[in-house]
Parts: sequence; structure tokens; C-alpha cells
Amino acid sequence: MTITGAPPRIEEATQAPILQLSVTDLSLRFGEATVLDGLDLTLGPVGCTMIMGPNGAGKSLLLKLLHGLIKPTSGRIDWSGYSAADVTARQAMVFQKPVLLRRSVAANLDFVLRSRGKDRDRCHALLDHVGLTHKADQPARLLSGGEAQRLALARALATDPEVLLLDEPTASLDPASVLAIERIVSSARDRGVRIVFVTHDIGQARRMADDVVFLHRGRVAEHAPAAAFFPEPRCQAARDYLNGKIVV
Amino acid sequence: MHSIGESIALAFQLVLTGSADLIEIVGLSLQVSLSATGFALLIGLPLGALVAISRFPGRNVVLAVMNALMGLPPVVVGLLVYLQLSRSGPLGFLGLLYTPTAMIIAQTILIAPIVAALSRQILEDLHCEYAEQFRSLCLNPWQSMEALLWDARFSLLTVALAGFGRAVAEVGAVIIVGGNIDHLTRVMTTSIALETSKGDLALALAIGMVLLTIALTVNAAVQMMRTTAARQAYV
Ligand SMILES: Nc1ncnc2c1ncn2[C@@H]1O[C@H](COP(=O)(O)OP(=O)(O)OP(=O)(O)O)[C@@H](O)[C@H]1O
Ligand SMILES: [Mg+2]
Repeated sequence: MTITGAPPRIEEATQAPILQLSVTDLSLRFGEATVLDGLDLTLGPVGCTMIMGPNGAGKSLLLKLLHGLIKPTSGRIDWSGYSAADVTARQAMVFQKPVLLRRSVAANLDFVLRSRGKDRDRCHALLDHVGLTHKADQPARLLSGGEAQRLALARALATDPEVLLLDEPTASLDPASVLAIERIVSSARDRGVRIVFVTHDIGQARRMADDVVFLHRGRVAEHAPAAAFFPEPRCQAARDYLNGKIVV
Repeated sequence: MHSIGESIALAFQLVLTGSADLIEIVGLSLQVSLSATGFALLIGLPLGALVAISRFPGRNVVLAVMNALMGLPPVVVGLLVYLQLSRSGPLGFLGLLYTPTAMIIAQTILIAPIVAALSRQILEDLHCEYAEQFRSLCLNPWQSMEALLWDARFSLLTVALAGFGRAVAEVGAVIIVGGNIDHLTRVMTTSIALETSKGDLALALAIGMVLLTIALTVNAAVQMMRTTAARQAYV
């Protein structure tokens, strides 16, 4: 019998680092529709990588592939040789639409700390870190969009990930909430957490990026250090995207 | 024999004065059906949760069987349990026939499939929503089941209520394995059947009123809890 969502046992040990990541010839198809088409990507051990690209470019699916949640149609994703199960356990992902449990804010965090065998006393510190202490006892499902994203981020951080995958965590948030989330992510990055961040917000990409991956037509159209990408991307699609033209 | 009007008046009197017979019968009824509901939840909820999060060959057959068992006729369950517990049956040595325990067993068998099938549906829907997040968090199946059961707690209350309602209102199974023995295995439904056939409509009506009140009260309580839960977006 296989159980859907059957996870690996989490191995808590100081193991060899999970990065470098190398993705080779990655393809993902749904029947006739090709989402990713021979994508290659290499990520180094530190920093914040911003992933950009038009709607439907496959950013969310790429993140799920990297996280080990879905299997590619073909190609390889190699996190320093670790199995998909190990990879999932050592990363955390904040989904584009975070799913919060039907319990209080604090109980949502406590659940993750407990099931992952972490110190449950960290709950308050984590809530404080994301500025939700005053909402601790409120039902999580009544949080505003920005608060829900912050709770999802706290939940991801609670697992002490080596890699944090963020899928548009600030879409439709007010400027103060955007900055609050960016500050939390930056502090994680400064602690050595590897960040992979999907965004449509060009200003945010400029603020956060160490390097930028631009996805277009199922491939990496450009992967460049921020300092090189933002003044003038090399590929036409990225130039059009930054200039606000519709990219198809 | 009284007229209907006199019977109703007498019934009210019995209820209001709390006649000893009535209290005994209602008490045993609640004891049997609440116990059966408790056991059915213990069996049915984990089963429902396990099937909800599992994929295995033949799963559709299991679902079909679970759904079919929901409609078990009480008399058939009563008969099957009787055959097991009767003196010549395989479990006859336990001496359980015509005891409240036998009635609890029969009602548990009757409603455990209801709990399993209804909770499976609820938990599977919830799992659809949670599955990806759970996989990302690397939860094991037991952690997933536990989380689903807790998060569906208010919907599962309705399942428990459906089970209790079925148990407390059924007569076929308890009359066969309980025997409707005065002061021993006489519950609300079997007394109503007996008293009506004897023509003592007053007691039958009095018990009927209590049964109805219990059903309505429990329903209202569950409804209230669900409304409160919905306000907190917990449903
Ligand atoms: N299960 C599926 N079956 C078929 N097509 C799918 C499926 N999931 C996603 N797609 C398609 O794959 C493409 C990429 O989806 P994805 O969610 O990765 O886009 P995205 O780059 O994250 O877009 P956005 O910027 O809008 O979030 C979309 O065109 C989508 O319709
Ligand atoms: Mg997306």
C-alpha cells in the first residue's frame, strides 16, 4: 500500500550541505502541453536567487520540482546527490496560496514544531520574528492576506530549512507588509539560508537579488548576477519584461 | 385503555414527574447508544482517515463496500450478532446474549460503517486541500491523519451525531440481541414497540417525547457548535 504524501523519515544530523544545485535538461509536460522544455540551471551555495518570468512561464512548477513535490517528465535535478525525499525535508516552501490549518495562529506553528521534532518553546520567538504575537490566539484562517503570508513564512522558518523556496510571498500585500517580509527573508539569507524567490515585483527583485533567473518559453532565458541583469538584461524577453511590455 | 387525549396527558405527567421506569429506560438507552457511538468513532474515524489518505489497488472496492455497509438493516445486524452470541454460537461462552453489552456490540457494528464512510468523504476533501503542504512539511501518515482528524473536528461532530441518531432510534438490532427484558435490556425504542402493542399508549408516548427531545437537543447543540466554529473559519 502506498500512502499519498508518504514522507521520508527526517534525518536530523549535520550532513554535507545540500547545495550546489544543478538542473540539467529538465522537462515537464502535461499531455500535449509543455511547461518546461529542457531547462538547465546551476545554483551556488549562498545568496538569494530571484526567479522572474511572465505568467504561466512555469515558475511555481519549477519551485515544486526543486522542492521534490512533483516529478519531472525528464531531466535531472541534483541537490548534491541527495534523494528527493531528503531534499524536501531540508527545504521549506511558502506556496503562492498558503494553506493554513483550521486552528489558531500559534497552534499552526506549534503543529509544525511538534511534528518536525523541534523545540516547541520557539513558537513565541517565531511569532515575534514575523510580527504576529498579537494574533497568536486568533483563528489562522481569519488572518489578512499579508498576515497569512507572514505566518506561512514563520512556519517555513520553523523547520530550520537550508533552502527557503518562496513563491510570490508578497503578491497583493501593502508596501509595509512587503518590506516586513523582505526583512525577514533577508535576515534568513544573512544567517546562511539559501533563498530562491519567485516574484513579479521588479523593485523587489532589485532590492533582494544576488542573482536573477529569467524563465521564458520553458527554459532559463537568462541567469545573471543582479549587478549585470538590472542595468540591461542580455535577452530580449527579459528586456521587454523589465520595460513593461507583454512577454509571450 | 385510555383515549388518545388521556394518554397524552398521562404521558406529560410521566415525563414531568420523572417516573422511575421512564428514567431507567432512558438511562439505559443513552448508556447503550452513547457507548456504541463512542466505539464506532474509535473504529470508524481512524479507518476513514486511513482510507482518505491512502491510494492502493482495489480502493474503489473498499469504498463501495464501506458505502454499502452504511445501509445495513438493523435486524440483519441483530441476527448476525445473535448467531455469534447465542449459547450454541462461537462466542456463546461469553454469556453476553440479552445483556446491554450485546446491544452495544450490535449498535457499534451498525454505525461504525456510517462513521467510517462519512468521515472518509470529509477527510478526503480536506486532504485534497492540505496534501501538498503536508508533503512539503514531510509529515508521516500518522501525523497527517491526526492533523486531518483534528482540523475536521467540527464536521466530524455531525458524523458522530448521525451515528448516535441512528443508534438511539433503531429497534431491530437491540430487540433481537437484548430481548427487551424489563429492568435489564429495555431501551426507549423497544419499550415503545412493546407498550404500543400492549395498548399502553401513555408510556409509549412519554418515551417518544423524550426520544424526540433528545434528538432535537443534540442536533441543536451540534448546530450551535458548528456555527461558532464557522465564525472562526474552522469548518
Ligand atoms: N496540473 C496541470 N495540468 C496542466 N497544466 C498545468 C498544470 N499545472 C500547471 N499547468 C500549466 O503550467 C503553466 C505554468 O504554471 P505555473 O503555475 O508554474 O506558472 P507561473 O510561472 O507560476 O505563473 P504565475 O506567474 O501566474 O504564478 C501554466 O500555463 C499552467 O496552466
Ligand atoms: Mg506561480
